[in-house]
Order: sequence, then C-alpha cells, then structure tokens
Amino acid sequence: MRVPQISVFLENRRGRLREACACLADVGINLVSLSLADTTDFGILRIIVEDTERAMSVLKQTKFTTNRTDVLAVEVDDRPGGLATLLAAVDEAELNVEYMYAFNEKRERRAILIFRFEDPDQAADALGQAGVNVLSRIELFETVKSGR
Amino acid sequence: MNLSFSGEEVLDYLPVDQMRKMQTERLQSVVRRVYERVPVYAQRMNEANVQPDRIKNLDDIARLPFTTKFDLRDHYPFGLFASPLTEIVRLHASSGTTGKPIIVAYTRQDIEIWSQVMLRTFRCAGVGAGDVVQNAYGYGLFTGGLGAHYGLEKLGATVIPISGGNTERQVMLMRDFGVTAFCATPSYFLFVLEKAHEMGINPQVLPVRVGVLGAEPWTNQMRQRIEEVGNLKAYDIYGLTEIIGPGVGSECEAQEGLHVFEDHFYPEIIDPDTGEPLPDGQEGELVITTLTKQGIPMIRYRTRDVTRLTRRACQCGRTLARIERISRRTDDMLIIRGVNLYPSQIESALLQVEGTMPHYVLVVDREGVMDTLTVQVEVTEEVFSDEVRRLEKLERDIAHKLETVIGLRIAVKLVEPRSIERSMGKAKRVIDKRK
Repeated sequence: MRVPQISVFLENRRGRLREACACLADVGINLVSLSLADTTDFGILRIIVEDTERAMSVLKQTKFTTNRTDVLAVEVDDRPGGLATLLAAVDEAELNVEYMYAFNEKRERRAILIFRFEDPDQAADALGQAGVNVLSRIELFETVKSGR
Repeated sequence: MNLSFSGEEVLDYLPVDQMRKMQTERLQSVVRRVYERVPVYAQRMNEANVQPDRIKNLDDIARLPFTTKFDLRDHYPFGLFASPLTEIVRLHASSGTTGKPIIVAYTRQDIEIWSQVMLRTFRCAGVGAGDVVQNAYGYGLFTGGLGAHYGLEKLGATVIPISGGNTERQVMLMRDFGVTAFCATPSYFLFVLEKAHEMGINPQVLPVRVGVLGAEPWTNQMRQRIEEVGNLKAYDIYGLTEIIGPGVGSECEAQEGLHVFEDHFYPEIIDPDTGEPLPDGQEGELVITTLTKQGIPMIRYRTRDVTRLTRRACQCGRTLARIERISRRTDDMLIIRGVNLYPSQIESALLQVEGTMPHYVLVVDREGVMDTLTVQVEVTEEVFSDEVRRLEKLERDIAHKLETVIGLRIAVKLVEPRSIERSMGKAKRVIDKRK
C-alpha cells in the first residue's frame, strides 16, 4: 500500500527549485505529483515519480540531499464533505497525520489525496477497515496513465 | 588632570642595561620556582636536559621548552600552579578549546603586580588619578573587569564598575557622571557611542576624552571610526588570561606599537613552525615568559598571536620593547563580541546534537558594530528529515546547544551540501567577512 515519495532539501535561493525539476526533466522523468513545504530559510520539495530509484540517483548526482518516504494515496468522494468524512475516519482510528496534499488526477468521481502518516502500515490497515480505499502504487500510476 | 609620576611608572623608563640585569635575575628565579614546584615543568626540563643552573643569561631562555594552551587544558584545573591553594587569593578563567576553561591563579603578590601593570597601562594611555573612568569590561571570571578595576583604583581614579550590558544606562551614566575615560572592547565602545547618538546625546561634546580598548583585535579603520564618532583618542591594550589578563602591554601616546611591561612579561618572537627565535623586526609568534608571577608562572607560553618586536627608542621616552598591533593568529581562534571561540567547539557541539559530523562553516560578519556569527550546517542524508518541523527543531537544538556551550547567540542556517567549500586537507571552516 505504500507509495514512495522523494523529499528534496532546497535552500531558499533563486533557481534551486528549477534546477531540481530540470535535472529530472533532463533524463525524461515526469513528475506525477509535487508539493512544496517552505520556511524562511529552506524548503522541502516532495515529489512522486514512477521510477523512484532513478530519480533519487539523478538528484543525488546533482548534489541534492534527498530522502525517501512512504506515503499513502487515499481515495475520497469528490463532493463537499468528502474530505471531512475521510478525516473523521482518520481521527477515529487515532492516526497521526504529518502532512497531506492533493493529487492532480482522479478516478471517476473520486479525488485522491496523498497522506504522510507516522506509521503508514498501521494507517493503511485502519483506514481499510473503516472502508476507505487506499490505492496501491500500481493503481495510482494507472490513474495517471488513464487520465491522459 | 593629575599627571604626577607614580613610583611604578619609573620602570617604563628604566635604562636598558638595568632592565636586562633585572630580567636575568628574575628569569633565573622563576625557572627555579617552576622546577621546584611544578612537576610538569621539572619533567620537561629534565627531558630537555636544562636544569635551572643552566640559565646563565637571557639568551639561555631558548633552551627552555614551550608551554601551550594544551598544557593548561591537560592539567585542568590546578595542575600547573606553583603555589598551594591556601596562598591563592583569586582564580580567574577564560574559555578553552574544548568544554573546559583555562584556569589561572593569583597570590596576593600577583594581584599587586597585576594592579601595577594595569596602572602603567592606564598611564600609557594618558589616564590619571583625576579621571572618572567607566569600566565596561566584564566583571566576573573574565580577567578584564577586575584587572582594569584594580589598576584604576591603584591609580586613584574614580572607578565606575559598571561591567558590560545595559547600554542605555551606560550612556546615561557616562553623561551624568562626567566620565572622562572609558574601558571596553572596541566594538562595544562604538556601540555605546552610537547608542548615545540614538538617544539624542552627542558623544562628541561629552567629556570622554580617551577609550582604553582591548580584548579583541581591531583595525585602524575601526579606531578612526571610534575616534571620529566620540571625538576622543582610542588606545589599544594587550593581554591574555594565561599571562595575567589585561596589563601585558599598552599603546602610548605615540601609538606606534604597544609597550610590553617586560620587567614582568618577557617577550620573544619565534617561527611558529620551527620554534626558532626570530630577530627583532621579523614577524612571528609572540611567546611570553612571566618573570614575577607566583601562582601560575608561564615559561615561554605560545600566545598564537602573530606580531613583531622592536626595541628602538620610542617618542614617549619609554625604553620598554614594543610589539606591533596584533592582527592575526597562528591558530583558528576567533574573538566574537569579546568571547574566544574555536571552530572545534562548534564541532563538538554539533556532534552532541547530531551524533554524526555534519559539514559546517562559520560565517562571521558585522552588523553595524556588533559581530554576528552564523553556523551554516549542511543537510546531508543523515540529518535530512522529510518533515519541516523536525528540521526546524534541529536548527533550534543546534542553536541552543551552541549558546549553552559557548555562551554566544549563534544563528543556525541549514544549507545544501555542495554550498560549503571543501579544500584539500583541512576544510575551510571559517569565513570572516569583518573588515
């Protein structure tokens, strides 16, 4: 159930974000999703790509500090209240959410959210039991392909 | 302003042959003292096969082994004392390279000598018994505050023992008490003068006519700035805790180098790599032997300060040797806002927070008149966390640890790995942007 996500440390300097994205583009890696967390001094770029190993290798060669984290891709009804219902299940299961962000593709009338839980396996179990659909990595990337 | 000659000052003008005779006798005496009372010195001297009776003249000093800051560290706290603790009436300390400070000790006679050399320091700078003197050097374990204090009292000046900090109050008292002389680090003094300006008090019309400034290196530009802003004369004084504190040397009105009170502190210049003594006029590392201290005498102490010696006649008439103003060191010690700091302290603090050794660089700069220090820490895979709050906590933990261990507020900035230069061998750890 885990989806690999790459985190990249970026100084708050002009051009750093562009360089990170450019080095991936140079080797033909497409970004499936992207999120940027920022503070005054630095930012953390979080991306999901199909070929995680290759992307990390290219980033490291370009001297970026990277990290691999496992996140969950969770489906939610694409209507008002959809997210609230999901979050109720999360609270109910007493899961710790570190951060989350939306995924750009969707399946039928279901939106997809990326969640970072402290314990992804425990979260996947608990959500599954609560009737929430947690996508596997393969399902997630199929969404991307079929969306085109 | 009372300019009468005090007894101690005569020594500044002693004919050279009399000085040499005094120094020779005193050297023989202190060498005997440490040989008999300090096991470390006895051992070293035996190993070098130079016992006290081998010292027949001043040139023989070159036979004696050196003493370094590592010796002080290795024998912390009291291992190098030549007097029993019952005879020690004062202890002082300064920061050392690792967590442990350097401890120095004073007998009653040492305190008297210290007061005398400080009196002579102030006389060099034209301060007299009629002056009202604000002493903003730190009082406490640091030698600056109490060192200046005892010298001023001996001189008969009116001392204001205000120590550092509370700058608005410093300005207020400076004005209200009719202060005529000020003691502080050069950067702090400039800060006070500019604060006065901010407060609507023109420092140029205040009666302060002289600043007696030391404890950190400062350039001629800095001196000019201080003299302009305050409409006064700014004199450089020199000292170090290991030798006595302030009182080792001072500029006179000629301001062409600092006279060393060589009847108490015998100066040599050596080649820092070979240890060979260098002739007058050549630049090298300053080595000092204390000729009269009882509590913790120092034989050929390597100061790590780079300078040159001259024994040419000075306009002021003093016959004491002069050293050039110190502008750099042989080691990597920094002085930030009057506090000694070694990059190795940063390293050991980082290790304590991290458990790994991240690459770092210290960037020293100056904002206005105050020194600032930023530690840039590379974010490598070991320390990188995917979560913002963990990285922010890391920054805070590092800053807190540094402040606790070193006593300075240091800004911490996380940076990317390749942004810190690597060089062959020793990584460039410090970027000093101050002018």
